[in-house]
Amino acid sequence: MLLKHTTAEVAERSALTVNPAKTCQPVGAMYAALGIHGCLPHSHGSQGCCAYHRSALTRHYKEPVMAGTSSFTEGASVFGGQGNLVQALNNMFTIYNPEIIAVHSTCLSETIGDDLAQIVRKSIDEGKVPEGKTVIYAPTPSFIGSHVTGFANMCASMASQLAEKPAEEAAPLDQVNILPGWVEPSDMREIKRIMKTMGIPYVMYPDTSDVMDAPMTGHHEFYPKGGAKIADIKSSGSSKATFALGAWASEPAAKELWKKCRVPYETLDLPIGIKATDRFLAKLSEVTGTPVPDSLTAERGRAVDMITDMQSYLYGKRVALWGDPDQLLALSEFLADIDMKPVYIVSGTPGKKFMNKMESILGDVVPESKFKNGERADLFLMHQWIKEQGVDLLMGNTYGKYIARDDDIPFVRMGFPIYDRVGHSYFPTVGYMGAIRILEKILGVLMDRQDRDSPEESFELVM
Amino acid sequence: MSSLADNEKLKDDILDIYPAKVARKRKKSIVLNDPGEIPEIQANVRTIPGIITQRGCSYAGCKGVVLGPTRDIINLTHGPIGCGFYSWLTRRNQTRPGTEAGSDENFMTYCFSTDMQDPNIVFGGEKKLKKAVKEAYDTFHPKAIGIFSTCPVGLIGDDVHAVAREMTEELGDCNVFGFSCEGYKGVSQSAGHHIANNQLFKHVIGKGEEKTEGEFKINLLGEYNIGGDAFVLEDIFEKCGITLGATFSGNSTYDQFASSYSADLNCIMCHRSINYVAEMMEEKYGIPWIKVNFIGAESSAKSLRKIADYFGSQKLKDRVEEVIAEEMSAVSAARDEVLPRTEGKSAMLFVGGSRAHHYQDLFTELGMKTLAAGYEFGHRDDYEGRRVIPNIKIDADSRNIEELSVSADPDKYNQRITDEERARLTEERGLEFSDYEGLMPQMEEGTLVIDDLSHYEMEELIKAHKPDVFCAGIKEKYAVQKMGVPLKQLHSYDYGGPYAGFAGAVNFYKDIALMVSSRVWGLVGAPWEKGESLSPVYVESGAPAVTMTE
Repeated sequence: MLLKHTTAEVAERSALTVNPAKTCQPVGAMYAALGIHGCLPHSHGSQGCCAYHRSALTRHYKEPVMAGTSSFTEGASVFGGQGNLVQALNNMFTIYNPEIIAVHSTCLSETIGDDLAQIVRKSIDEGKVPEGKTVIYAPTPSFIGSHVTGFANMCASMASQLAEKPAEEAAPLDQVNILPGWVEPSDMREIKRIMKTMGIPYVMYPDTSDVMDAPMTGHHEFYPKGGAKIADIKSSGSSKATFALGAWASEPAAKELWKKCRVPYETLDLPIGIKATDRFLAKLSEVTGTPVPDSLTAERGRAVDMITDMQSYLYGKRVALWGDPDQLLALSEFLADIDMKPVYIVSGTPGKKFMNKMESILGDVVPESKFKNGERADLFLMHQWIKEQGVDLLMGNTYGKYIARDDDIPFVRMGFPIYDRVGHSYFPTVGYMGAIRILEKILGVLMDRQDRDSPEESFELVM
Repeated sequence: MSSLADNEKLKDDILDIYPAKVARKRKKSIVLNDPGEIPEIQANVRTIPGIITQRGCSYAGCKGVVLGPTRDIINLTHGPIGCGFYSWLTRRNQTRPGTEAGSDENFMTYCFSTDMQDPNIVFGGEKKLKKAVKEAYDTFHPKAIGIFSTCPVGLIGDDVHAVAREMTEELGDCNVFGFSCEGYKGVSQSAGHHIANNQLFKHVIGKGEEKTEGEFKINLLGEYNIGGDAFVLEDIFEKCGITLGATFSGNSTYDQFASSYSADLNCIMCHRSINYVAEMMEEKYGIPWIKVNFIGAESSAKSLRKIADYFGSQKLKDRVEEVIAEEMSAVSAARDEVLPRTEGKSAMLFVGGSRAHHYQDLFTELGMKTLAAGYEFGHRDDYEGRRVIPNIKIDADSRNIEELSVSADPDKYNQRITDEERARLTEERGLEFSDYEGLMPQMEEGTLVIDDLSHYEMEELIKAHKPDVFCAGIKEKYAVQKMGVPLKQLHSYDYGGPYAGFAGAVNFYKDIALMVSSRVWGLVGAPWEKGESLSPVYVESGAPAVTMTE
């Protein structure tokens, strides 16, 4: 047994986290920054932070993840990291020639109180930022929130520091803003396809498609062709509306756009599953006055057809989920809608809304469900719940494989990080096509299990 | 493609793009090798901010590398969640717990953290740490708990050592000890190794009562059982009749560390990460150390012979020769099979603090040439040999790492070998004690040796020399491969291995042969990108058959 010390008896813990269902802010900020074209993310802290974050993202995407670090030493930690950051900016612009550098802080630089705004200003004043180049920054203290918070903070900085306030009398541009949230490059590509199919002009950021799924060409493109263009992000201040997908990852940026540029916003769930996608398309249609085209309605029909066809394999199946709140809320609703029972849900990411929203999704349909978020809402707790009463399916990041193996439970990988399988960067889970992909994965593992466990006489050819 | 003769110019070209100050500093870390007269290389100095380095931090070296592979110590990270999360199962330290109750503990699959929050940073985290230690003890009942400090811990002044002392006393049967391995300590993972060595030495080694029994007792130091390397070596030692007391720290347990003082010889694999323990054990317990290398079949044979020479027993020498002969027949067969595909090809190695050296032996066995190499966190002695240690200037970053003063243990000190015998073995058998010759003497004249390679330097090296395989880590892997050059990860072995010992050499031969002869690289680039003409069969008189829309 790989997790042999995990027993069903849940002991109250008030200080110890075991097997976390979250990581820290900076990795989210780094991922978000990679969604700007020509951007070099920069970690203002010890080297280890940058090394860990680059490694985590690289293992998840199997792609180069370029980023700089301020390489704090003991001296910088005592006297402040200003010198390190100014030097780093100069070196990175000179050696790696990015269009933009997106700096995020770390627990170290936050603890000593480095002021990123002031240091960046100083670098500009001292001529360390070449003409026409840009630096943005986001505070991402690791001791607050989670990796999702860091992603949200960097997106908020893109909005507040790049988006330009339109002139008083200027008419808004004929476009909307999409803040896609922390999703895969495949999902960002899919959202763009949906917008194109709807025929709605849009600006989306961040956009990691064609960055974190870059083609093999025989050359290392330090700045791949994808990513939101700075000019587009600038123009987002003049858009007619903002659609923030995912309250945790995207709402802070939408709020910044409202505060700075008075762009009204709608916060929606991530369009994962049927109903959340319905709401996204309906809202897009309502706000822009664009009808949902038949082709998307047909996609919806295909997804629902698959669900109704295969309903008997899904009905009543107990599922344990872990990951990030935006994904978990939409996914739980979807699973409940297809007659599955999301019984155990944990997310290390804090936020009071989580419990209320989950209650409203599951309270009536899966009254036996247990869910928790924030500190100590970890995989150890979830595994203990599973030991108490088992589940038919696990859905979450790679770390679930230890539970899956120990307790012999079918496992669908979803979320961050996925270190041990590929596909997530290429096949979306958002939209109706994403729903089909999720269904295919769920049905695949459940039916494989049935094939493995059925007695020979009831081994089925047709299922 | 450049030749070695062009390296001087390549070095100048590389430095050319850097701002003047950076160029001045990097110049000293980029050296054209001369094995005859080893040049000085700048190493173990601060990385220049913004340069894009391979390096990690002190915490990674301490918790991740040295203590990570010990299965029955609860490694509790004191800090915000990230550090614990990223070091959770991401190194491939394999372990084989026992099956009986009492020997079956394995906490390596778990991640333990105090998950410090804002108020802990503002008001201090000691209280939470104490509680977390208590909760870990109550739930898991480990015999030892290590507390690992992350960056904010040192800055806010949490005293992890005081907490450890207090909790050891309170818990009674659990040894709790702390590590001040904040990420900003030192200049790389290396500082963390040293910190880990110190604390292991202070709090664990020598605390065991049980003595390892056996005729030829050794410890293996600096072997972390990546991909099962230590398992291979355990098998070899067993075959030879050599008793392995403790491995630091692959497939290890707390008790093995505690009683490791009773071995008669310390054999060091990774000199960088563990030489401190070897030095201190010699002073305190009288155990001599020798450098070994079990990467490469020839090196493995040589290392076994060194051990046999040390013990001097004819029975052991004979047995070792038998084992070598037996193993070598499989090795030769495997080598003969792959040589046509590997011979004459080239490699570059930029990794770790010993691997960039050790793996050159395997490439030599494959008939492959090492064009350039360097360490991520090595020191000058790892490049130039330990003889330069007295000349290494101790800078502020190194001075901050504690140097323990050690003296002979009144009860447990036992000089294993007389000075005369030692001198005789060196003289007659070429057995060097307490020595490591470093990487440079082995590399060809004119090859580039570069410490703490930057990403930019890496790309320039590859463009200039087009090696057939590049060895580094996960952060470099896909950038290099996008350039059309296969990258072999020498931290994780690309999830393959083991590569140590004779069986490991065979695995490595096969993996490298596949890498340098793979057909997949031939798929890079579409035919129309490569300018291959597409014959327009359906097009009459130059007009397209269909009209393109939009």
